[in-house]
Amino acid sequence: MAEYVIEMLNITKEFPGIKANDNITLQLRKGEIHALLGENGAGKSTLMSVLFGLYQPEQGVIKKNGEVVTIRNPNDATALHIGMVHQHFKLVECFSVLDNIILGVEDAKMGVLQKKEARKKVMELSEKYNLQIDPDALVSDISVGMQQRVEILKMLYRDNEILIFDEPTAVLTPQEIDELMEIMRGFKAEGKSILFITHKLAEIKAVADRCSILRKGKYMGTVDVADTSVEEMSRLMVGRDVQLKVEKAPCTPGDAVLSVNGLTAYSKAHKKEAVKNVSFTVHAGEIVCLAGIEGNGQSDFVNCLTGLAKQNAGTINLCGHDISHAPIRQRSQFGMSHIPEDRHKHGLVLDYTLEQNLVLQRYWNPEFQKHGMIKFDAIRKYAQGLIEQYDIRSGQGPVTISRSMSGGNQQKAIVAREIDKDHQLIVAVQPTRGLDVGAIEYIHKQLVAERDAGKAVLLVSLELDEVMNLSDRILVMYEGEIVGQFDPKTTNVEELGLYMAGAKRMEVQDA
Amino acid sequence: MKKSRNLTENDSFMSILASITSIAIGLLFGFLLLLCLNPKNAVPGMANLLTKGATDLGNVLYRSSPLIMVGLSVAFAYKVGLFNIGASGQYTMGAFIALTFAVKLQMPWWVCLLGAAIGGAFWGIFPGLFKALFNVNEVLTSIMFNWIGMNLVNFFIANMPIMLATAWGSTASDRTAPLTEANPAAIIPHGGLDKLLNYPYVNISIFIAIIIAIVMWVILQKTTFGYELKACGLSRNAAEYAGINAKKNIVLSMVISGALAGIGGGLFYLAGGGQYTILQQIESAGFDGITVALLANCHPIGSIFSAIFLSYLRLGGTAMQSQGFATEATEIVTSVIVYLAAFALLMRMTLGKLMTRKKKEEKAK
Repeated sequence: MAEYVIEMLNITKEFPGIKANDNITLQLRKGEIHALLGENGAGKSTLMSVLFGLYQPEQGVIKKNGEVVTIRNPNDATALHIGMVHQHFKLVECFSVLDNIILGVEDAKMGVLQKKEARKKVMELSEKYNLQIDPDALVSDISVGMQQRVEILKMLYRDNEILIFDEPTAVLTPQEIDELMEIMRGFKAEGKSILFITHKLAEIKAVADRCSILRKGKYMGTVDVADTSVEEMSRLMVGRDVQLKVEKAPCTPGDAVLSVNGLTAYSKAHKKEAVKNVSFTVHAGEIVCLAGIEGNGQSDFVNCLTGLAKQNAGTINLCGHDISHAPIRQRSQFGMSHIPEDRHKHGLVLDYTLEQNLVLQRYWNPEFQKHGMIKFDAIRKYAQGLIEQYDIRSGQGPVTISRSMSGGNQQKAIVAREIDKDHQLIVAVQPTRGLDVGAIEYIHKQLVAERDAGKAVLLVSLELDEVMNLSDRILVMYEGEIVGQFDPKTTNVEELGLYMAGAKRMEVQDA
Repeated sequence: MKKSRNLTENDSFMSILASITSIAIGLLFGFLLLLCLNPKNAVPGMANLLTKGATDLGNVLYRSSPLIMVGLSVAFAYKVGLFNIGASGQYTMGAFIALTFAVKLQMPWWVCLLGAAIGGAFWGIFPGLFKALFNVNEVLTSIMFNWIGMNLVNFFIANMPIMLATAWGSTASDRTAPLTEANPAAIIPHGGLDKLLNYPYVNISIFIAIIIAIVMWVILQKTTFGYELKACGLSRNAAEYAGINAKKNIVLSMVISGALAGIGGGLFYLAGGGQYTILQQIESAGFDGITVALLANCHPIGSIFSAIFLSYLRLGGTAMQSQGFATEATEIVTSVIVYLAAFALLMRMTLGKLMTRKKKEEKAK
């Protein structure tokens, strides 16, 4: 019996102009949890796609139990008992849980589906591994946590021995993350081997045995997690020391910049109150964080606040102006900057160039136009300044089509644009979603610098680490209501988790 | 060496090269088709197709100017994210207002042309409003408004005796009065072109169309207004996020697009060569506009060339009939050529790949 259940030896995969994987070796022992750590664009996904048969490497071999295998497509991978939970779940929304699990390997007699056996097997697996699901519920109706359990059951149903988890914790609450860790340990005890892709170091520390690190397509080494500090791993990943904890001076709140009073909004889709009677104030020089699990009304609230949607009741006051019904442009001119949740949908006109996007909030200024004619030179100069100042990297500088830029640099462009415009308040909605440690560090620093410069910051985040690290005051939102107010110095993640999940609540009046 | 590399990296050079190659391939296919249909007359037929336009340039230009306008109408809408399939209706409305101003109100030509723009713009409002307020697809609305427009115009003209040719000493009761009889002042000035090019209907409208095309290009490329319109077209959400009034811009886009098509109708009927005929048939002009716009890759300046190309080809196609080709056959041949010419984009990518490969090989050496 070979020592390694899967070996990827000296894998090189090139794309036009870039070596995504440059001589990478990854060896997975039987019955271990092996973390794969790396920044965005480090080549983790490419490597996994090679293992899954989606790409053919230019060089290198894959071995299973010591024997060389060729994986031409995902079916080959399944035949070798390799399964994967993708970061964005691959589920058919309008199918039931059971149908999703058997999809692709369904039994049929004369063209008629035979689901009885399948149901039995699924329920057995579900019980054995404590993966609670409702087999008849539609995927569109179940929680994200349950969707993930469905994905895991999909792998188990196919008798997979090698389980790949691609950033599985990004969408979960602290409690759900703990459960997932338990489940992973259970698999390990069963002798299954797990590849765990992440860039959260705490999780690696908690659950992984060994960790392989990639940086810019190169293999940086494999370490035993027990003997390696978090700082060392992050240094290997980023190539320099990273401040995981944000350094910041004590907060000195000034005058109220934003006050929201009794804001209520009905959700279009569900005909219920998505935001219920929300009132709070954000002062100059403080970072207030709106925490909560995805889908608890944060998005609806932000839409009303920024003018993308209309509230049904309540008022919003920004720097003494009543902006309850003001159009978006006016809110912007009164001093609101908005880093939107969805950078592709709202933040950028993806088919515009970088420079066109950098002036999206100010192209009408006399600085950039005269009698409606665009001053191209001024825009170019301005864009070059921002690109340099904020280190926005792209293929062709100011004329790069924004769509072709990496997520981190797209986000940097948005942050640069919103911070550089005149503002008193920044509404930052998940500003670091999907970014790597280096970019997160950068954006956090920018937000703290804004606070220190006397601006008000309203941060909406699902990441508890970010919430704890960055905020001066935490408001927890649950089902559209603010159910708790905390000082990050005197609370902890577990307590927040209870409020976020609706298990506890306190009365918050005019926070 | 350095110079040629710069040339292959030049965008417009590559586009033009790709267009010429595609047209050449189209002509080759057309010729093969002629060989299949009638081998004996294929060569003279092809010769007619290619040379007729050159000997009758006045006619080509006369037909081009309305085509440029409808092409601009579709191209402009497309650039701002709308598919205006209703250019025919807007063209008809424009023509109707122009003719009413000319015949009934006895206005000079330029007032009639302004009227045409207003008529087209008015007919563009509706699809724009429906799209902006109720998110009804503009394709649906504008198709319906093609029919509504045509029937409405037919109804009005049929009930305005002064508009009809019969009121001006002609016997044809199904068409509008010839402008030479009804109001010569409404005919667009020829500017000497008719004598120069030896064709009675060619006039300064070709310059009007070219100037408007350039203006549209400037608006789209150089103004904040164009920046806003394109932002709405490319991403309505991002535009709204940036505080751009997307609803207003959608309506405005359709109004402008309609006005362009309306001017097209005006240019055609105010040339004095055409009389609006009451038929249960939608003007084909709007659909030609789609061809013109797509051939030009929706570039306003490109629309000038693709419109001239299309009318050149059409005229040549008609001339082929003297070599014994049926109307249907000539239409098939011209369509095939146009169709293949539309492959320019594909051609461009292929050419680009070939060039980079060559460059790589040279580098390797």
